[in-house]
Amino acid sequence: MLNRQGRPSAPQAHGVADPAAGMGDQAARLQGDANRAAGSATGSHPTFTGNKALAQIEPLLFEIGRHDTTGVDIDEPEAFESRLGGLERKEAIGLPGLSEPETMRHYVRLSQMNYGIDTGLFPLGSCTMKHNARLNERMARLAGFSDVHPLQPVSTVQGALELMNELGRYLLTLTNMTAVALSPKAGAHGELCGMMAIKAAIEAKGEGTTRNVVLVPDSAHGTNPATAALIGFVVKPVPAREDGWVHVEDVKERLGPDVAAIMLTNPNTCGLFEPQVVEIAKAIHEAGAYFYCDGANFNAIVGKAKPGDLGVDAMHINLHKTFSTPHGGGGPGSGPVVLSERLAPYAPVPFVRVGQDGFELVEQASDAAEKPFGRMTAFHGQMGMYVRALSYMLSHGSDGMKQASEDAVLNANYIRAGLSDLMSLPFGDKPCMHEVLFDDAWLKDTGVTTLDVAKAMIDEGYHPMTMYFPLVVHGAMLIEPTESESKASLDLFIATLRDLAMAAKNGDKERFTGAPYHAPRRRLDETRAARNPVLKWTPPVPVAEAAE
Amino acid sequence: MRYLPLSDTDRSEMLARIGVKTVDELFADVPKNLLLKEPVDLPRRKGELEVERILSRMSSKNVAASSVPFFVGAGAYKHHVPATVDHLIQRSEFLTSYTPYQPEIAQGTLQYLFEFQTQVAALTGMEVANASMYDGSTGTGEAVLMAHRVTKRRKAVLSGGLHPHYAEVVRTLSDMASDSVVTLQPDVSGTEDILSQIDDTTSCVVVQSPDVFGNVRDLEAIAEKAHKHGALLIAVFTEAVSLGLVASPGSQGADIVVGEGQSIGNALNFGGPYVGLFATQSKFIRQMPGRLCGETVDADGHRGFVLTLSTREQHIRRDKATSNICTNSGLCCLAFTIHMTLLGETGLRRLARVNHANAIKLADQLSGVKGVEVLNKTFFNEFTVKLAKPAAEVVERLAEKGVLAGVPVSRLLPGAGLDDLLLVASTEVNTADDRAALCAALKEVL
Repeated sequence: MLNRQGRPSAPQAHGVADPAAGMGDQAARLQGDANRAAGSATGSHPTFTGNKALAQIEPLLFEIGRHDTTGVDIDEPEAFESRLGGLERKEAIGLPGLSEPETMRHYVRLSQMNYGIDTGLFPLGSCTMKHNARLNERMARLAGFSDVHPLQPVSTVQGALELMNELGRYLLTLTNMTAVALSPKAGAHGELCGMMAIKAAIEAKGEGTTRNVVLVPDSAHGTNPATAALIGFVVKPVPAREDGWVHVEDVKERLGPDVAAIMLTNPNTCGLFEPQVVEIAKAIHEAGAYFYCDGANFNAIVGKAKPGDLGVDAMHINLHKTFSTPHGGGGPGSGPVVLSERLAPYAPVPFVRVGQDGFELVEQASDAAEKPFGRMTAFHGQMGMYVRALSYMLSHGSDGMKQASEDAVLNANYIRAGLSDLMSLPFGDKPCMHEVLFDDAWLKDTGVTTLDVAKAMIDEGYHPMTMYFPLVVHGAMLIEPTESESKASLDLFIATLRDLAMAAKNGDKERFTGAPYHAPRRRLDETRAARNPVLKWTPPVPVAEAAE
Repeated sequence: MRYLPLSDTDRSEMLARIGVKTVDELFADVPKNLLLKEPVDLPRRKGELEVERILSRMSSKNVAASSVPFFVGAGAYKHHVPATVDHLIQRSEFLTSYTPYQPEIAQGTLQYLFEFQTQVAALTGMEVANASMYDGSTGTGEAVLMAHRVTKRRKAVLSGGLHPHYAEVVRTLSDMASDSVVTLQPDVSGTEDILSQIDDTTSCVVVQSPDVFGNVRDLEAIAEKAHKHGALLIAVFTEAVSLGLVASPGSQGADIVVGEGQSIGNALNFGGPYVGLFATQSKFIRQMPGRLCGETVDADGHRGFVLTLSTREQHIRRDKATSNICTNSGLCCLAFTIHMTLLGETGLRRLARVNHANAIKLADQLSGVKGVEVLNKTFFNEFTVKLAKPAAEVVERLAEKGVLAGVPVSRLLPGAGLDDLLLVASTEVNTADDRAALCAALKEVL
């Protein structure tokens, strides 16, 4: 007998011959969970519910919600005559509801199956999972920022525009660039914005039809080639060299009147600063092309070097990486783009301008003295993220941001030094930036893969590093500790990876290939998910019908 | 610095372990002349209290929607969000997690994404939904690109009732990709002849309902004509609450439904972050942009969820991907999902009825104000009024009186000769006093 929580409604004795007999799908699932407890390392004490103390099984909303339940008290309006012109919804929607306490419990339980920065070290390379200060959350929720509408009269949002202007000033000062487009909604959207500015500049010079090639090193993020292709550029790869660097000769070899731009990540995804970046920029500019820099790894050099000084024409800044706005399980992000003098006139609308009577918002290309290429999004971008990022910058200050970059680089190198004798560094044991890249050569003949190592790390209480990226390295493991980790935390992490490395080399394969053993789920079957996609919940077929 | 755990002693020990004397030795690859010796020219670190003072000062210069009679809409709507929503989305495990690439320790995120996809599919009347886009406008741009992939044609027809910012986003993207776009004239009355624009070269027709002027549009005939010519109907909405009362786009024949989900669970935030909803038919899933969460089992046979069909995505396909999108709106979909769970079908329908009823009351009261003419025959919770004076000027005067009256059409469509039109929205937050205040202020100004 199941109650509405999808759980047995009355305790049943253990030791029943077939406790699942006669139960529906859900009960069988529960029983399965109980069996799982029995089969696992901690399973000598199976539980009736399948729960294991704080580790709770939580059904889907659709399995526990009711169509007549609502957790929001709203009074029914007085009778009215509809003005929908006969387009009223006639069919049921199919949305179950929960009361407030049930809602709270449902989502709290879901949250407990997640790993976050606040849970432990989150060394995801190129993702910069640094501490998310709650001051920033509080600031973003100030009514003057969170409860203002993007199309209120400009006279009623002067403080919001001031904040955008101030954020822009900080970003321009840190990068030594000329203009900033704040509106892109995430990193890839920022890339698109920067590449659109480049395309607009090329078209303005009358080279729109002839310059259509974008050079992208093999080590680049997938978003780079995808972005270039999205707006009609032809992507030409620049191969990786054995030292992990992009060489100016390789770039020069590919330059010609057909090249519009290079998309270079610096520091690059191998965790290295490109030593020839100034020469590359010079060569690019001499060929009449532009230098797009992927700013995903800006956290290594904030306050240490300015991209504008390196010859960059456009660079997006992931506020959700470098400036600590929360990743939120995959967003929202924010990807402002800084532009050089050569590209500044093409920045999209909207942007903030300081006028005689305060801040102005230029929302139409026709109102701009410049030549905006268009608009990236409705309204003005990710204000909530602007507030958090500025709060971060104000808190750190110029000295704190420089220190943060130095600590991020120091921490990554400390990990490198602690592991270089056991794990393999594809480009030799040389200083890295804020992330250190290992390959899987050290796993040779162990029968253990990079994926297995990642899953074994989960059992040890860590989020795995970025794996199999960049593509230029076999079985890549990209570790970015960020500046938020203490020395004690790094010491334990290094010791753990050393232990894992020794175990792999000593043939303790099972620790890896079966991992994770202790996570809320064992390894999930991704092939099955892709082969027969189930992308939403559907009501189970009633037993009687299924039998027909 | 309160966010940095390393002490100077730690740093010295770590440098020694690495085998360098100074941290700048680790920056040896940065050209020497470009490595900054001093902190950049910005203020030094500040304590929490000081940061709070600075940002509170800026915040207090803005007029918060809750503090005044508020009727501003046009793509972003002031709704009441239950306290539970904001509490839950700030749980560390949701707030500080990453994209669920390690599903064994991200089942929380993945399960709510699966719930979100199911809710969005139901709400839009479609077979499948993705795990969100950045917002409604960028989602619309992606929908057009998807239609081009499906139909292998490259011409979009945009209704004159499509939000002008959305239209501009589509045009910007299309211009850059050398695709063609036909934008119809602004359609205040919702009576444009879009059918005659559809032919065998059309990839998709993009129609918003309720449209930017508030008209509820009948999509069936458009869908029929589009399908006859092998084109797709992209149905757009900017007010998700309307779907609680208005016939779903799916039931009217839409092929792709895309819209703004801000209204449910999310604050106004001066324009972002918001959450784009994106739904379509199962046969198109491999052409869909964005992340998808799917059901599977783990090694012990237990149900679990993973990101799936990633062979469409940039990190696998690079320049052959369906989209360059990577980040989505994770936490905003969570807010949407929690609010929708609290509402349930019963609550959503009631909320939609309250919105509609409030807007009707407002329209009727405004019709009684001299110099104000309500233009809409149909609407949900927003409509267009014609004023005896330029709307931008009136809005400014009303703001001085502490009433935020709406969006002048001239702000969205300057130079279109629609300077006397004002978009007025009314949701559940508006009281009888708010309506009276708006009418009284208009009487004074007009």
